[in-house]
Amino acid sequence: MKALELDWKPLALVPLLALAALPAVGSGSTWVTLTVAGLAMGMIIFIIASGLTLVFGLMDVLNFGHGVFIALGAFVATSVLGAMGDWTGSAELWRNLVAVVPAMVIAMAVAAAVGLAFERFIVRPVYGQHLKQILITMGGMIIGEELIKVIWGPLQIALPLPEGMRGSLLLGDASVEKYRLIAVVVGLLVFGLQIWTLSRTKIGLLIRAGVQDREMVESLGYRIRRLFVGVFVVGSALAGLGGVMWGLYQQNVVPQMGAQVNVLIFIVIIIGGLGSTGGALIGALLVGLMANYTGFLAPKVALFSNIALMVAVLLWRPQGVYPVANR
Amino acid sequence: MNDVLLTLEGVHTHIGAYHILHGVDLVVPRGQLTMLLGRNGAGKTTTLRTIMGLWPASRGRIRFQGDDITAQATPQIAGRGIAYVPENMGIFADLTVKENMLLAARQAKSAGQIDQARLQWIFSLFPAVEKFWNHPAGKLSGGQKQMLAVSRAIVEPRELLIVDEPSKGLAPAIINNMIDAFRQLKAQGVTILLVEQNLSFAKRLGDTVAVMDNGVVVHAGAMQALADDEALQQSLLGLSL
Repeated sequence: MKALELDWKPLALVPLLALAALPAVGSGSTWVTLTVAGLAMGMIIFIIASGLTLVFGLMDVLNFGHGVFIALGAFVATSVLGAMGDWTGSAELWRNLVAVVPAMVIAMAVAAAVGLAFERFIVRPVYGQHLKQILITMGGMIIGEELIKVIWGPLQIALPLPEGMRGSLLLGDASVEKYRLIAVVVGLLVFGLQIWTLSRTKIGLLIRAGVQDREMVESLGYRIRRLFVGVFVVGSALAGLGGVMWGLYQQNVVPQMGAQVNVLIFIVIIIGGLGSTGGALIGALLVGLMANYTGFLAPKVALFSNIALMVAVLLWRPQGVYPVANR
Repeated sequence: MNDVLLTLEGVHTHIGAYHILHGVDLVVPRGQLTMLLGRNGAGKTTTLRTIMGLWPASRGRIRFQGDDITAQATPQIAGRGIAYVPENMGIFADLTVKENMLLAARQAKSAGQIDQARLQWIFSLFPAVEKFWNHPAGKLSGGQKQMLAVSRAIVEPRELLIVDEPSKGLAPAIINNMIDAFRQLKAQGVTILLVEQNLSFAKRLGDTVAVMDNGVVVHAGAMQALADDEALQQSLLGLSL
Protein backbone atom coordinates (compact mmCIF):
# COMPACT_ATOMS: atom_id res chain seq x y z
CA MET A 1 0.00 0.00 0.00
CA LYS A 2 1.41 3.41 -0.95
CA ALA A 3 1.22 6.25 1.57
CA LEU A 4 0.00 8.86 -0.88
CA GLU A 5 -1.07 8.13 -4.42
CA LEU A 6 -1.56 10.99 -6.84
CA ASP A 7 -4.10 10.27 -9.53
CA TRP A 8 -2.16 11.85 -12.39
CA LYS A 9 -4.51 10.98 -15.26
CA PRO A 10 -6.83 14.01 -14.82
CA LEU A 11 -3.77 16.27 -14.55
CA ALA A 12 -2.61 15.02 -17.93
CA LEU A 13 -5.88 16.11 -19.55
CA VAL A 14 -4.88 19.78 -19.57
CA PRO A 15 -1.59 19.41 -21.51
CA LEU A 16 -3.21 16.74 -23.69
CA LEU A 17 -6.00 19.13 -24.69
CA ALA A 18 -3.48 21.89 -25.36
CA LEU A 19 -1.28 19.60 -27.47
CA ALA A 20 -4.27 18.22 -29.35
CA ALA A 21 -5.26 21.78 -30.31
CA LEU A 22 -1.80 22.65 -31.66
CA PRO A 23 -2.14 21.03 -35.12
CA ALA A 24 -5.70 22.35 -35.48
CA VAL A 25 -4.64 25.93 -34.69
CA GLY A 26 -1.63 25.62 -36.97
CA SER A 27 0.40 28.67 -35.99
CA GLY A 28 2.58 28.19 -32.90
CA SER A 29 2.37 31.83 -31.85
CA THR A 30 -1.43 31.88 -32.14
CA TRP A 31 -1.53 28.66 -30.14
CA VAL A 32 0.55 30.23 -27.33
CA THR A 33 -1.73 33.28 -27.27
CA LEU A 34 -4.87 31.12 -27.14
CA THR A 35 -3.39 28.82 -24.53
CA VAL A 36 -2.45 31.67 -22.17
CA ALA A 37 -5.89 33.22 -22.73
CA GLY A 38 -7.50 29.86 -21.95
CA LEU A 39 -5.45 29.38 -18.81
CA ALA A 40 -6.31 32.91 -17.65
CA MET A 41 -10.01 32.36 -18.31
CA GLY A 42 -9.79 29.00 -16.57
CA MET A 43 -8.16 30.50 -13.50
CA ILE A 44 -10.88 33.15 -13.21
CA ILE A 45 -13.58 30.50 -13.55
CA PHE A 46 -11.78 28.41 -10.94
CA ILE A 47 -11.82 31.31 -8.46
CA ILE A 48 -15.59 31.59 -8.97
CA ALA A 49 -16.33 27.85 -8.98
CA SER A 50 -14.14 26.72 -6.08
CA GLY A 51 -16.51 28.08 -3.44
CA LEU A 52 -19.57 26.64 -5.16
CA THR A 53 -18.17 23.13 -5.33
CA LEU A 54 -17.45 23.13 -1.58
CA VAL A 55 -20.93 24.51 -0.85
CA PHE A 56 -22.44 21.61 -2.77
CA GLY A 57 -20.03 19.10 -1.28
CA LEU A 58 -20.63 20.11 2.32
CA MET A 59 -24.41 20.44 2.42
CA ASP A 60 -25.70 19.16 -0.94
CA VAL A 61 -26.94 22.67 -1.65
CA LEU A 62 -27.58 23.46 -5.31
CA ASN A 63 -26.99 27.21 -5.38
CA PHE A 64 -28.07 28.44 -8.79
CA GLY A 65 -27.83 31.97 -7.43
CA HIS A 66 -24.03 31.90 -7.22
CA GLY A 67 -23.85 34.07 -10.34
CA VAL A 68 -25.32 37.08 -8.55
CA PHE A 69 -22.15 37.41 -6.47
CA ILE A 70 -20.10 37.50 -9.67
CA ALA A 71 -22.15 40.38 -11.05
CA LEU A 72 -22.19 42.15 -7.70
CA GLY A 73 -18.40 41.99 -7.40
CA ALA A 74 -17.96 43.32 -10.93
CA PHE A 75 -20.37 46.23 -10.43
CA VAL A 76 -18.82 47.20 -7.11
CA ALA A 77 -15.48 47.28 -8.95
CA THR A 78 -16.88 49.69 -11.55
CA SER A 79 -17.77 52.10 -8.74
CA VAL A 80 -14.47 51.76 -6.86
CA LEU A 81 -12.27 51.94 -9.95
CA GLY A 82 -14.41 54.73 -11.39
CA ALA A 83 -13.71 56.79 -8.27
CA MET A 84 -9.98 56.14 -8.55
CA GLY A 85 -9.47 57.32 -12.12
CA ASP A 86 -6.18 59.03 -11.28
CA TRP A 87 -4.73 55.74 -10.15
CA THR A 88 -6.11 53.55 -12.92
CA GLY A 89 -5.07 56.08 -15.56
CA SER A 90 -1.43 55.90 -14.55
CA ALA A 91 0.95 53.83 -16.65
CA GLU A 92 2.74 52.63 -13.51
CA LEU A 93 1.62 49.17 -12.46
CA TRP A 94 2.00 49.79 -8.73
CA ARG A 95 -0.36 52.79 -8.95
CA ASN A 96 -2.88 50.59 -10.80
CA LEU A 97 -2.60 47.98 -8.09
CA VAL A 98 -3.33 50.60 -5.43
CA ALA A 99 -6.72 50.97 -7.14
CA VAL A 100 -7.39 47.37 -8.19
CA VAL A 101 -6.52 45.69 -4.89
CA PRO A 102 -8.97 47.79 -2.82
CA ALA A 103 -11.60 47.28 -5.54
CA MET A 104 -11.13 43.52 -5.18
CA VAL A 105 -11.19 43.67 -1.38
CA ILE A 106 -14.35 45.82 -1.29
CA ALA A 107 -16.04 43.63 -3.92
CA MET A 108 -15.22 40.53 -1.87
CA ALA A 109 -16.49 42.16 1.33
CA VAL A 110 -19.78 43.23 -0.28
CA ALA A 111 -20.26 39.81 -1.90
CA ALA A 112 -19.48 38.11 1.43
CA ALA A 113 -22.00 40.25 3.30
CA VAL A 114 -24.70 39.63 0.71
CA GLY A 115 -23.72 35.94 0.73
CA LEU A 116 -24.31 35.79 4.48
CA ALA A 117 -27.81 37.20 4.04
CA PHE A 118 -28.45 34.95 1.01
CA GLU A 119 -27.57 31.85 3.04
CA ARG A 120 -29.68 32.93 6.00
CA PHE A 121 -32.85 33.95 4.19
CA ILE A 122 -32.81 32.03 0.91
CA VAL A 123 -30.76 28.84 1.31
CA ARG A 124 -31.33 27.87 4.95
CA PRO A 125 -35.12 27.40 4.69
CA VAL A 126 -34.65 24.83 1.89
CA TYR A 127 -31.87 22.61 3.24
CA GLY A 128 -32.29 19.07 1.93
CA GLN A 129 -34.90 20.05 -0.70
CA HIS A 130 -33.16 20.12 -4.06
CA LEU A 131 -36.07 21.19 -6.23
CA LYS A 132 -36.89 24.09 -3.94
CA GLN A 133 -33.20 25.01 -3.80
CA ILE A 134 -33.04 25.30 -7.57
CA LEU A 135 -36.18 27.42 -7.75
CA ILE A 136 -35.50 29.71 -4.81
CA THR A 137 -31.82 30.32 -5.56
CA MET A 138 -32.63 31.12 -9.20
CA GLY A 139 -35.31 33.47 -7.88
CA GLY A 140 -32.71 35.01 -5.59
CA MET A 141 -30.43 35.60 -8.54
CA ILE A 142 -33.19 37.28 -10.54
CA ILE A 143 -33.97 39.58 -7.62
CA GLY A 144 -30.24 40.29 -7.22
CA GLU A 145 -29.94 41.20 -10.90
CA GLU A 146 -32.90 43.55 -10.62
CA LEU A 147 -31.39 45.22 -7.56
CA ILE A 148 -28.14 45.70 -9.47
CA LYS A 149 -30.17 47.39 -12.22
CA VAL A 150 -31.78 49.67 -9.62
CA ILE A 151 -28.37 50.71 -8.25
CA TRP A 152 -26.18 50.80 -11.37
CA GLY A 153 -28.75 50.92 -14.15
CA PRO A 154 -29.73 48.29 -16.72
CA LEU A 155 -27.10 49.11 -19.31
CA GLN A 156 -23.66 47.72 -19.94
CA ILE A 157 -20.94 49.60 -18.04
CA ALA A 158 -17.36 49.77 -19.25
CA LEU A 159 -14.70 48.39 -16.92
CA PRO A 160 -11.50 49.30 -18.71
CA LEU A 161 -8.23 47.78 -17.70
CA PRO A 162 -5.94 50.16 -15.83
CA GLU A 163 -3.28 51.60 -18.10
CA GLY A 164 -0.40 49.62 -16.68
CA MET A 165 -2.21 46.31 -17.18
CA ARG A 166 -2.96 46.92 -20.84
CA GLY A 167 -0.85 45.79 -23.72
CA SER A 168 0.98 42.61 -24.43
CA LEU A 169 4.28 40.91 -23.85
CA LEU A 170 6.03 39.11 -26.66
CA LEU A 171 7.00 35.49 -26.05
CA GLY A 172 8.91 34.73 -29.21
CA ASP A 173 6.41 35.49 -31.96
CA ALA A 174 3.47 35.10 -29.64
CA SER A 175 1.68 38.06 -28.15
CA VAL A 176 0.41 37.49 -24.60
CA GLU A 177 -1.76 40.07 -22.88
CA LYS A 178 -0.33 41.28 -19.57
CA TYR A 179 -3.68 41.07 -17.79
CA ARG A 180 -4.02 37.38 -18.67
CA LEU A 181 -0.71 36.66 -17.01
CA ILE A 182 -1.88 38.61 -13.96
CA ALA A 183 -5.09 36.55 -13.91
CA VAL A 184 -3.06 33.32 -14.00
CA VAL A 185 -0.90 34.52 -11.10
CA VAL A 186 -3.94 35.59 -9.01
CA GLY A 187 -5.66 32.28 -9.77
CA LEU A 188 -2.58 30.32 -8.71
CA LEU A 189 -2.36 32.34 -5.49
CA VAL A 190 -6.03 31.63 -4.69
CA PHE A 191 -5.57 27.94 -5.52
CA GLY A 192 -2.41 27.74 -3.39
CA LEU A 193 -4.14 29.41 -0.47
CA GLN A 194 -7.12 27.08 -0.73
CA ILE A 195 -4.96 23.97 -0.94
CA TRP A 196 -2.88 25.16 2.02
CA THR A 197 -6.04 25.81 4.06
CA LEU A 198 -7.63 22.50 3.10
CA SER A 199 -4.53 20.38 3.70
CA ARG A 200 -2.71 22.17 6.53
CA THR A 201 -5.37 23.51 8.88
CA LYS A 202 -7.97 21.88 11.08
CA ILE A 203 -10.72 23.95 9.47
CA GLY A 204 -9.61 22.58 6.09
CA LEU A 205 -9.58 19.07 7.48
CA LEU A 206 -13.15 19.56 8.73
CA ILE A 207 -14.25 20.84 5.32
CA ARG A 208 -12.69 17.84 3.55
CA ALA A 209 -14.26 15.46 6.05
CA GLY A 210 -17.62 17.23 5.87
CA VAL A 211 -17.70 16.90 2.10
CA GLN A 212 -17.31 13.13 2.53
CA ASP A 213 -19.61 12.44 5.51
CA ARG A 214 -21.14 15.42 7.30
CA GLU A 215 -23.13 13.22 9.68
CA MET A 216 -19.92 11.68 11.04
CA VAL A 217 -18.33 15.10 11.44
CA GLU A 218 -21.31 16.11 13.57
CA SER A 219 -21.03 12.87 15.54
CA LEU A 220 -17.45 13.89 16.37
CA GLY A 221 -18.83 17.06 17.97
CA TYR A 222 -18.43 19.70 15.27
CA ARG A 223 -21.21 22.06 14.17
CA ILE A 224 -21.13 21.58 10.45
CA ARG A 225 -23.79 24.21 9.78
CA ARG A 226 -21.48 26.91 11.11
CA LEU A 227 -18.74 25.55 8.93
CA PHE A 228 -21.10 25.60 5.97
CA VAL A 229 -22.05 29.23 6.58
CA GLY A 230 -18.35 30.09 6.67
CA VAL A 231 -17.69 28.26 3.42
CA PHE A 232 -20.74 29.85 1.80
CA VAL A 233 -19.55 33.34 2.77
CA VAL A 234 -15.99 32.68 1.57
CA GLY A 235 -17.37 31.14 -1.64
CA SER A 236 -19.47 34.28 -2.20
CA ALA A 237 -16.44 36.49 -1.61
CA LEU A 238 -14.40 34.46 -4.10
CA ALA A 239 -17.23 34.79 -6.63
CA GLY A 240 -17.07 38.55 -6.03
CA LEU A 241 -13.32 38.47 -6.69
CA GLY A 242 -13.90 36.38 -9.79
CA GLY A 243 -16.50 38.90 -10.92
CA VAL A 244 -13.97 41.74 -10.71
CA MET A 245 -11.46 39.70 -12.71
CA TRP A 246 -14.06 38.55 -15.24
CA GLY A 247 -15.25 42.13 -15.70
CA LEU A 248 -11.69 43.34 -16.29
CA TYR A 249 -11.13 40.38 -18.64
CA GLN A 250 -14.21 41.36 -20.69
CA GLN A 251 -13.66 45.09 -20.02
CA ASN A 252 -17.37 45.60 -19.47
CA VAL A 253 -20.09 44.40 -17.14
CA VAL A 254 -23.81 43.73 -17.54
CA PRO A 255 -26.32 42.78 -14.83
CA GLN A 256 -26.88 39.40 -16.54
CA MET A 257 -23.19 38.43 -16.48
CA GLY A 258 -23.70 36.16 -13.46
CA ALA A 259 -26.27 34.05 -15.26
CA GLN A 260 -23.97 33.83 -18.30
CA VAL A 261 -21.02 32.59 -16.26
CA ASN A 262 -23.24 30.25 -14.18
CA VAL A 263 -23.42 27.78 -17.06
CA LEU A 264 -19.65 27.54 -17.25
CA ILE A 265 -19.13 27.11 -13.50
CA PHE A 266 -21.66 24.32 -13.27
CA ILE A 267 -19.90 22.54 -16.14
CA VAL A 268 -16.62 23.02 -14.24
CA ILE A 269 -17.78 21.59 -10.91
CA ILE A 270 -19.46 18.64 -12.61
CA ILE A 271 -16.30 17.86 -14.59
CA GLY A 272 -14.19 18.26 -11.44
CA GLY A 273 -16.32 16.08 -9.19
CA LEU A 274 -18.76 17.77 -6.82
CA GLY A 275 -16.90 18.90 -3.71
CA SER A 276 -13.40 18.56 -5.16
CA THR A 277 -11.19 21.68 -5.21
CA GLY A 278 -8.47 20.02 -7.29
CA GLY A 279 -11.11 18.74 -9.68
CA ALA A 280 -12.56 22.26 -10.00
CA LEU A 281 -9.13 23.55 -11.06
CA ILE A 282 -8.73 20.84 -13.72
CA GLY A 283 -12.30 21.41 -14.93
CA ALA A 284 -11.84 25.18 -15.08
CA LEU A 285 -8.60 24.95 -17.05
CA LEU A 286 -10.16 22.49 -19.49
CA VAL A 287 -13.20 24.73 -19.96
CA GLY A 288 -11.06 27.85 -20.38
CA LEU A 289 -8.81 26.20 -22.97
CA MET A 290 -11.70 24.60 -24.84
CA ALA A 291 -13.60 27.90 -25.01
CA ASN A 292 -10.60 29.72 -26.47
CA TYR A 293 -9.57 27.05 -28.95
CA THR A 294 -13.10 26.53 -30.28
CA GLY A 295 -13.76 30.29 -30.14
CA PHE A 296 -10.88 30.65 -32.60
CA LEU A 297 -11.45 27.54 -34.69
CA ALA A 298 -15.26 27.29 -34.75
CA PRO A 299 -16.94 30.14 -32.85
CA LYS A 300 -20.45 28.81 -33.42
CA VAL A 301 -19.81 25.68 -31.40
CA ALA A 302 -17.89 27.34 -28.53
CA LEU A 303 -20.50 26.77 -25.81
CA PHE A 304 -21.52 23.38 -27.16
CA SER A 305 -17.86 22.33 -27.07
CA ASN A 306 -17.76 22.67 -23.28
CA ILE A 307 -20.93 20.65 -22.88
CA ALA A 308 -19.40 18.01 -25.17
CA LEU A 309 -16.26 18.12 -23.02
CA MET A 310 -18.36 17.53 -19.90
CA VAL A 311 -20.15 14.60 -21.53
CA ALA A 312 -16.84 13.07 -22.61
CA VAL A 313 -15.37 13.39 -19.10
CA LEU A 314 -18.49 11.91 -17.50
CA LEU A 315 -18.40 8.97 -19.88
CA TRP A 316 -14.83 8.35 -18.68
CA ARG A 317 -15.46 9.13 -14.98
CA PRO A 318 -19.17 9.43 -14.17
CA GLN A 319 -18.49 11.13 -10.81
CA GLY A 320 -16.07 13.69 -12.30
CA VAL A 321 -12.29 13.60 -12.62
CA TYR A 322 -11.69 13.61 -8.85
CA PRO A 323 -14.75 12.00 -7.26
CA VAL A 324 -15.09 12.59 -3.53
CA ALA A 325 -15.26 9.35 -1.51
CA ASN A 326 -18.53 8.43 0.26
CA ARG A 327 -20.61 10.70 -1.96
CA MET B 1 -28.78 8.35 40.03
CA ASN B 2 -24.98 8.43 40.13
CA ASP B 3 -24.70 4.79 39.07
CA VAL B 4 -26.74 5.40 35.91
CA LEU B 5 -25.11 7.27 33.02
CA LEU B 6 -27.77 7.09 30.31
CA THR B 7 -31.49 6.41 30.37
CA LEU B 8 -34.12 6.19 27.68
CA GLU B 9 -37.73 6.50 28.80
CA GLY B 10 -40.50 5.57 26.39
CA VAL B 11 -38.55 6.71 23.32
CA HIS B 12 -40.34 6.65 19.97
CA THR B 13 -38.63 7.35 16.66
CA HIS B 14 -40.17 7.88 13.24
CA ILE B 15 -38.14 7.83 10.03
CA GLY B 16 -40.32 9.42 7.41
CA ALA B 17 -43.58 7.50 7.42
CA TYR B 18 -42.10 4.56 9.33
CA HIS B 19 -42.56 4.18 13.08
CA ILE B 20 -39.37 2.34 14.15
CA LEU B 21 -39.06 2.66 17.92
CA HIS B 22 -42.25 2.09 19.93
CA GLY B 23 -41.31 3.26 23.40
CA VAL B 24 -37.78 2.10 24.22
CA ASP B 25 -36.83 1.97 27.91
CA LEU B 26 -33.12 1.45 28.48
CA VAL B 27 -30.73 2.00 31.37
CA VAL B 28 -26.98 2.12 30.84
CA PRO B 29 -25.16 1.82 34.20
CA ARG B 30 -22.04 3.93 34.69
CA GLY B 31 -18.73 2.10 34.28
CA GLN B 32 -20.30 -1.05 32.86
CA LEU B 33 -20.48 -2.60 29.43
CA THR B 34 -24.04 -2.90 28.23
CA MET B 35 -24.86 -5.13 25.28
CA LEU B 36 -27.84 -4.30 23.10
CA LEU B 37 -28.96 -7.47 21.36
CA GLY B 38 -31.80 -8.38 19.04
CA ARG B 39 -32.70 -9.80 15.69
CA ASN B 40 -32.17 -7.87 12.46
CA GLY B 41 -34.65 -4.99 12.24
CA ALA B 42 -35.34 -4.98 15.98
CA GLY B 43 -34.40 -1.29 16.24
CA LYS B 44 -30.89 -1.47 17.75
CA THR B 45 -29.16 0.84 15.28
CA THR B 46 -32.11 3.24 15.36
CA THR B 47 -31.80 3.38 19.15
CA LEU B 48 -28.12 4.34 18.91
CA ARG B 49 -28.80 6.94 16.24
CA THR B 50 -31.63 8.38 18.31
CA ILE B 51 -29.34 8.68 21.33
CA MET B 52 -26.87 10.59 19.13
CA GLY B 53 -29.61 12.88 17.78
CA LEU B 54 -29.06 11.70 14.22
CA TRP B 55 -32.70 10.64 14.07
CA PRO B 56 -34.65 12.74 16.58
CA ALA B 57 -36.94 11.06 19.06
CA SER B 58 -40.57 11.89 18.30
CA ARG B 59 -41.65 11.07 21.86
CA GLY B 60 -40.07 10.07 25.15
CA ARG B 61 -37.01 11.29 27.00
CA ILE B 62 -33.27 10.63 26.85
CA ARG B 63 -31.14 11.60 29.85
CA PHE B 64 -27.35 11.65 30.00
CA GLN B 65 -25.77 12.23 33.41
CA GLY B 66 -29.20 13.34 34.55
CA ASP B 67 -29.57 16.03 31.87
CA ASP B 68 -32.31 15.85 29.24
CA ILE B 69 -30.58 15.59 25.84
CA THR B 70 -33.64 14.50 23.84
CA ALA B 71 -33.91 17.67 21.77
CA GLN B 72 -30.21 18.46 21.53
CA ALA B 73 -28.32 18.50 18.25
CA THR B 74 -25.75 15.82 17.49
CA PRO B 75 -22.66 18.04 18.01
CA GLN B 76 -23.95 19.08 21.44
CA ILE B 77 -24.57 15.46 22.41
CA ALA B 78 -21.11 14.43 21.24
CA GLY B 79 -19.64 17.43 23.07
CA ARG B 80 -21.00 16.06 26.34
CA GLY B 81 -18.53 13.20 26.07
CA ILE B 82 -20.26 10.58 23.96
CA ALA B 83 -18.22 8.86 21.24
CA TYR B 84 -20.08 7.01 18.50
CA VAL B 85 -18.89 4.40 16.04
CA PRO B 86 -21.62 3.72 13.45
CA GLU B 87 -22.21 0.40 11.77
CA ASN B 88 -20.51 1.62 8.56
CA MET B 89 -17.60 2.85 10.72
CA GLY B 90 -17.84 6.42 9.39
CA ILE B 91 -14.24 6.46 8.17
CA PHE B 92 -13.24 9.45 6.04
CA ALA B 93 -11.82 7.48 3.13
CA ASP B 94 -10.04 10.38 1.41
CA LEU B 95 -8.22 11.38 4.60
CA THR B 96 -5.19 9.64 6.04
CA VAL B 97 -5.34 7.59 9.22
CA LYS B 98 -3.55 10.45 10.99
CA GLU B 99 -6.10 12.98 9.75
CA ASN B 100 -8.99 10.75 10.87
CA MET B 101 -7.48 10.59 14.34
CA LEU B 102 -6.76 14.32 14.43
CA LEU B 103 -10.40 15.11 13.63
CA ALA B 104 -11.57 13.08 16.59
CA ALA B 105 -9.07 14.79 18.90
CA ARG B 106 -11.15 17.93 19.32
CA GLN B 107 -8.60 19.67 21.53
CA ALA B 108 -5.70 19.17 19.10
CA LYS B 109 -4.95 21.48 16.18
CA SER B 110 -2.20 19.24 14.83
CA ALA B 111 -1.22 15.59 15.20
CA GLY B 112 1.62 16.66 17.52
CA GLN B 113 -0.93 17.98 20.00
CA ILE B 114 -2.70 14.63 20.39
CA ASP B 115 -2.03 13.09 23.82
CA GLN B 116 1.06 11.03 22.94
CA ALA B 117 0.77 8.62 25.87
CA ARG B 118 -2.80 7.82 24.91
CA LEU B 119 -1.77 7.48 21.29
CA GLN B 120 0.94 4.98 22.21
CA TRP B 121 -1.63 3.00 24.19
CA ILE B 122 -3.92 2.96 21.14
CA PHE B 123 -0.99 1.83 18.97
CA SER B 124 -0.36 -1.02 21.41
CA LEU B 125 -4.01 -2.09 21.10
CA PHE B 126 -4.22 -1.65 17.33
CA PRO B 127 -0.74 -1.76 15.71
CA ALA B 128 -2.28 -1.26 12.24
CA VAL B 129 -3.22 2.30 13.17
CA GLU B 130 0.46 3.14 13.69
CA LYS B 131 1.63 1.11 10.71
CA PHE B 132 -0.68 2.89 8.27
CA TRP B 133 -0.54 6.31 10.00
CA ASN B 134 0.14 8.27 6.81
CA HIS B 135 -1.91 6.08 4.46
CA PRO B 136 -5.34 6.95 3.05
CA ALA B 137 -7.97 5.40 5.31
CA GLY B 138 -9.98 4.30 2.29
CA LYS B 139 -7.22 1.83 1.38
CA LEU B 140 -7.41 -0.06 4.69
CA SER B 141 -9.02 -3.49 4.95
CA GLY B 142 -12.38 -3.88 6.69
CA GLY B 143 -10.76 -5.00 9.94
CA GLN B 144 -8.23 -2.18 9.86
CA LYS B 145 -11.02 0.32 9.27
CA GLN B 146 -12.89 -1.01 12.29
CA MET B 147 -9.73 -0.66 14.40
CA LEU B 148 -9.35 2.91 13.17
CA ALA B 149 -13.00 3.67 13.91
CA VAL B 150 -12.65 2.48 17.50
CA SER B 151 -9.25 4.18 17.88
CA ARG B 152 -10.78 7.41 16.70
CA ALA B 153 -13.56 7.12 19.25
CA ILE B 154 -11.10 6.68 22.13
CA VAL B 155 -8.36 9.10 21.07
CA GLU B 156 -9.60 11.43 23.81
CA PRO B 157 -11.24 10.33 27.07
CA ARG B 158 -15.03 10.08 26.79
CA GLU B 159 -17.75 9.30 29.30
CA LEU B 160 -19.66 6.93 27.04
CA LEU B 161 -18.57 4.91 24.05
CA ILE B 162 -21.34 3.72 21.71
CA VAL B 163 -20.34 1.16 19.09
CA ASP B 164 -22.59 -0.44 16.50
CA GLU B 165 -21.52 -4.01 15.70
CA PRO B 166 -17.77 -3.76 16.31
CA SER B 167 -17.09 -7.41 15.46
CA LYS B 168 -18.97 -7.40 12.15
CA GLY B 169 -16.90 -9.11 9.46
CA LEU B 170 -13.73 -9.26 11.56
CA ALA B 171 -11.24 -12.12 11.75
CA PRO B 172 -11.04 -13.92 15.13
CA ALA B 173 -7.60 -12.47 15.92
CA ILE B 174 -8.87 -8.94 15.42
CA ILE B 175 -11.97 -9.68 17.49
CA ASN B 176 -9.66 -10.67 20.35
CA ASN B 177 -7.84 -7.32 19.99
CA MET B 178 -11.17 -5.58 20.08
CA ILE B 179 -12.29 -7.43 23.21
CA ASP B 180 -8.99 -6.58 24.88
CA ALA B 181 -9.45 -2.92 23.96
CA PHE B 182 -12.97 -2.76 25.40
CA ARG B 183 -11.84 -4.50 28.60
CA GLN B 184 -9.03 -1.99 29.05
CA LEU B 185 -11.41 0.89 28.43
CA LYS B 186 -13.87 -0.50 30.96
CA ALA B 187 -11.06 -0.87 33.48
CA GLN B 188 -10.41 2.85 33.01
CA GLY B 189 -14.01 3.58 33.99
CA VAL B 190 -15.41 4.21 30.52
CA THR B 191 -19.06 3.24 30.09
CA ILE B 192 -19.70 1.27 26.92
CA LEU B 193 -22.88 0.51 24.98
CA LEU B 194 -22.43 -2.07 22.23
CA VAL B 195 -24.83 -3.36 19.64
CA GLU B 196 -23.83 -6.89 18.67
CA GLN B 197 -24.95 -9.83 16.58
CA ASN B 198 -21.98 -11.97 17.58
CA LEU B 199 -23.31 -13.66 20.70
CA SER B 200 -20.05 -15.21 21.90
CA PHE B 201 -18.49 -11.73 21.67
CA ALA B 202 -21.40 -10.38 23.71
CA LYS B 203 -21.09 -13.09 26.33
CA ARG B 204 -17.35 -12.50 26.79
CA LEU B 205 -17.71 -8.77 27.29
CA GLY B 206 -21.14 -7.82 28.58
CA ASP B 207 -21.99 -6.87 32.15
CA THR B 208 -25.60 -6.02 31.45
CA VAL B 209 -27.80 -6.75 28.49
CA ALA B 210 -30.93 -5.40 26.85
CA VAL B 211 -32.70 -7.35 24.16
CA MET B 212 -34.86 -5.56 21.60
CA ASP B 213 -37.66 -6.80 19.39
CA ASN B 214 -40.04 -4.83 17.18
CA GLY B 215 -38.81 -1.46 18.42
CA VAL B 216 -39.03 -2.08 22.18
CA VAL B 217 -36.74 -3.53 24.85
CA VAL B 218 -38.24 -6.91 25.75
CA HIS B 219 -35.64 -8.03 28.28
CA ALA B 220 -33.05 -6.28 30.46
CA GLY B 221 -30.78 -7.69 33.11
CA ALA B 222 -27.38 -9.20 33.81
CA MET B 223 -25.51 -10.66 30.83
CA GLN B 224 -24.51 -13.71 32.81
CA ALA B 225 -28.13 -14.50 33.64
CA LEU B 226 -29.07 -14.51 29.98
CA ALA B 227 -25.96 -16.54 29.09
CA ASP B 228 -26.95 -19.17 31.66
CA ASP B 229 -30.57 -19.46 30.55
CA GLU B 230 -30.85 -21.27 27.21
CA ALA B 231 -34.63 -21.22 27.21
CA LEU B 232 -34.61 -17.44 27.59
CA GLN B 233 -32.06 -17.11 24.78
CA GLN B 234 -34.25 -19.23 22.54
CA SER B 235 -37.34 -17.20 23.26
CA LEU B 236 -35.64 -13.79 22.92
CA LEU B 237 -33.12 -14.38 20.16
CA GLY B 238 -34.11 -17.65 18.56
CA LEU B 239 -30.73 -19.24 19.36
CA SER B 240 -28.49 -20.00 22.30
CA LEU B 241 -25.20 -18.52 23.46
